[in-house]
Amino acid sequence: MQHYSMNLKLKVWRQRNANDQGHFETYDVENVSSEMSFLEMIDVLNERLIAKGDEPIAFDHDCREGICGMCSMVIDGRPHGPWKGTTTCQLHMRAFKDGDLITVEPFRANAFPVIKDLMVSRTAFDRIIQAGGYISVNTGNAVDGNAIPIEKDKADASFAAAACIGCGACVAACKNASAMLFVSAKVSHLALLPQGEPERKQRVVNMIAQMDKEGFGSCTNTYACEAECPKEISVLNIARLNKEYLHSSLSAD
Amino acid sequence: MLDAKIPSGSLSEKWTKYKGSVKLVNPANKRKLEIIVVGTGLAGSSAAASLGEMGYKVKAFCFQDSPRRAHSIAAQGGINAAKNYQNDGDSTYRLFYDTIKGGDYRAREANVHRLAEVSTNIIDQCVAQGVPFAREYGGLLSNRSFGGTQVQRTFYAAGQTGQQLLIGAYQALERQVALGTVQMYARHEMVELVIIDGKARGIIARNLVTGELERHFGHAVLLCTGGYGNVFYLSTNAMGSNVTAAWKAHKKGAYFANPCFTQIHPTCIPVSGDHQSKLTLMSESLRNDGRIWVPAKKGDNRPPNEIPEEERDYYLERRYPAFGNLVPRDVASRAAKERCDAGFGVGTSKQAVYLDYAAAIQRYGKAEASKRNLGNVSPETITQLGKDVVKEKYGNLFDMYEKITGENPYEVPMRIYPAVHYTMGGLWVDYELKTTVDGLYALGEANFSDHGANRLGASALMQGLADGYFVIPYTLGNYLADEIRTNNIPTDHPAFVEAEKQASERINRLMSIKGKQTVESFHKRLGKIIWDKCGMARSADGLKQAIKEVQALKKEFWSDVRIPGGINEMNPELDKAGRVADFIELGELMCLDALERNESCGGHFREEYQTPDGEALRDDEKYMYVAAWEMKEDNWQLHKESLNYEIVKPSQRSYK
Repeated sequence: MQHYSMNLKLKVWRQRNANDQGHFETYDVENVSSEMSFLEMIDVLNERLIAKGDEPIAFDHDCREGICGMCSMVIDGRPHGPWKGTTTCQLHMRAFKDGDLITVEPFRANAFPVIKDLMVSRTAFDRIIQAGGYISVNTGNAVDGNAIPIEKDKADASFAAAACIGCGACVAACKNASAMLFVSAKVSHLALLPQGEPERKQRVVNMIAQMDKEGFGSCTNTYACEAECPKEISVLNIARLNKEYLHSSLSAD
Repeated sequence: MLDAKIPSGSLSEKWTKYKGSVKLVNPANKRKLEIIVVGTGLAGSSAAASLGEMGYKVKAFCFQDSPRRAHSIAAQGGINAAKNYQNDGDSTYRLFYDTIKGGDYRAREANVHRLAEVSTNIIDQCVAQGVPFAREYGGLLSNRSFGGTQVQRTFYAAGQTGQQLLIGAYQALERQVALGTVQMYARHEMVELVIIDGKARGIIARNLVTGELERHFGHAVLLCTGGYGNVFYLSTNAMGSNVTAAWKAHKKGAYFANPCFTQIHPTCIPVSGDHQSKLTLMSESLRNDGRIWVPAKKGDNRPPNEIPEEERDYYLERRYPAFGNLVPRDVASRAAKERCDAGFGVGTSKQAVYLDYAAAIQRYGKAEASKRNLGNVSPETITQLGKDVVKEKYGNLFDMYEKITGENPYEVPMRIYPAVHYTMGGLWVDYELKTTVDGLYALGEANFSDHGANRLGASALMQGLADGYFVIPYTLGNYLADEIRTNNIPTDHPAFVEAEKQASERINRLMSIKGKQTVESFHKRLGKIIWDKCGMARSADGLKQAIKEVQALKKEFWSDVRIPGGINEMNPELDKAGRVADFIELGELMCLDALERNESCGGHFREEYQTPDGEALRDDEKYMYVAAWEMKEDNWQLHKESLNYEIVKPSQRSYK
């Protein structure tokens, strides 16, 4: 792998706090190594800004290995940037070339208010989970782990849905800012397991109700969410969500 | 001598006996008792959820935007449990024994036995919550093997076990939030502990969005705040992982135990340059099939594929023929360092060794060809078949390697190097997980108790959940049963006022320095000192030097750090500054502890104490104790808890 150095222009959204109107600011970033991660490039820029007496760019990040779901950012119009199935923290600078202008914005959605610069609040997702995204089993109530065999296909499908990291890229990608992919992943994860059966009907109804209450939009059926999901969660989960919802609403107890 | 309050009786009956005789709190009283839980990783989430379910009033705090982000989420490999589903001879005793031995005989027997006992309940609980563990075609749970053991007892969910377990605990936690038993404070950081009449009674937390300091009362305080690996700057920990809450407790009287016991994981992606912000782990499972080597000739700069077989040094297989590439983490890490220090390292930095899958690809390819009865097939076909098998087993890890390095590990050997991964040391706790401050508890990686001087793979998740789901719900009651007459203390109590004042003064002092150097640059320099002199190999001279350097760095930090922005707003640089200031103080204590322990054991390798062939040389006569440090005015006092091995007979670990 040939490494190279590049000079870039970064057009970054700056916003002091939730009440500030916000604006774009352009920065020259010189001598960026192709071996850096995207966030390391911003680290370097921030160090230079601090040295100059300016305020660094605020952004959310934590594990930097693509699993905690804390990093966000819309890079050149795409949540988590140009690489498929990759979070911003795993995006590396070899995705760019010398002289590029890169535009960086926060995830934009009414339900995700900006806190500062590129940081947004995603607590709406926590509230959706509170509405029913769990199995009601107190500690100590469990039977033996092997007491209920689960078909491997179902367990695998459940796992594939549970791989969602709750980052919110699906919302940022959707022109309606719909949270259907996130909600469908959780509903699928639990609906595919026998353990999830007792609460299956009320779970989906309650979670959808909370989703609407939070101000997320309706599904556009454009699959932008799936295309931008860093964990490549399938839109088939949305089909399952719709089925679960219909079944739950139409069937009488 | 410190008393760990280990219940009497035979080892296997202690926990049962304890549970049967421990004090209880009746449901009506539970509703009146408030508990503060700091940190929402596996230990914190599981504790908060379980205590909420029991009826206590819980307040949970995390610095991330959601409890689901805590760094437990990044654990890849799996979680151990003595289920013996594989019928391969596993038992509570074996899990206990492996953990004690893996820890190089520096862990407390009673705690480890309890851990092994509750390990099976954890799996049951997680399955009931809907954690999608890997399963066999018959629908039952699948297991795999892990380093340091001879049985298959590791449960897993692909390479995302930590994520699935944390989401299970997070869901249980959010359910309690919905029910109103747990109140969640995200983007909050504990900045002071409040002690009233010798008992932990609350915390001062900083709202990271507004910068406001808040006072929170609790009848008890639980620290579930993880490890301190980021003292090294570069580690596999998340960027925000920090020691601040534990350090504040330490400064208020909680002893800090075995701080020099840190784990360096052998298979991480090497540093690529000065910009490096963190390191990424490649699961230990890769050592099941990969072969580790360096060129036999010093400074051999040929690409790996051009170095012929006879000019390679498979140094782990050479030094440890019995365990080969599967020696425990501490041994593998030191061996890599030895080769690189001797000038045999590879890559541009020369601080890396090869992890090669070429042989595994051929082996799997041939096996696959014969399985499919393909007869005489071309070498290309065999290679392709082999790659397919490797992809199925390790695909996600290979993809991650390629994303980070831009190199294709199916074609060229991976470059790896050891990196800081876990800290066995932590706040000293007794059998009940209580620190030396009454009413203050430490759970999970934040305490020191279960892993001795070296942790085995797939045991961190187990310990976090054991402490949270199955230990603290019992042991906390023993304390709270005597607290039912304590009314909520109003937060205008002088102790709260004073603690808030301390926190506020420190923040103001930090902001008023207005120096020239960034927080990050101090953190990097600290990391370099600790890594060079208190990392994989330590010596008395180096440690003495390091202590001086860290003290000087502390002075420089407090006179020249530059923190932009203001106090009453979201200010990540200020958050970081507070954490780095604490790491600097901890760094000094780590070196002191390493200097005091004149032996080598587990992750602590003192160059002066090694066998003629370079293995760690323990001194059980003098050092079979837990070193618990009490902070004094401007130094530390050492207290000891002697370790009595009633069941296991300590011996020299041999992997040859």
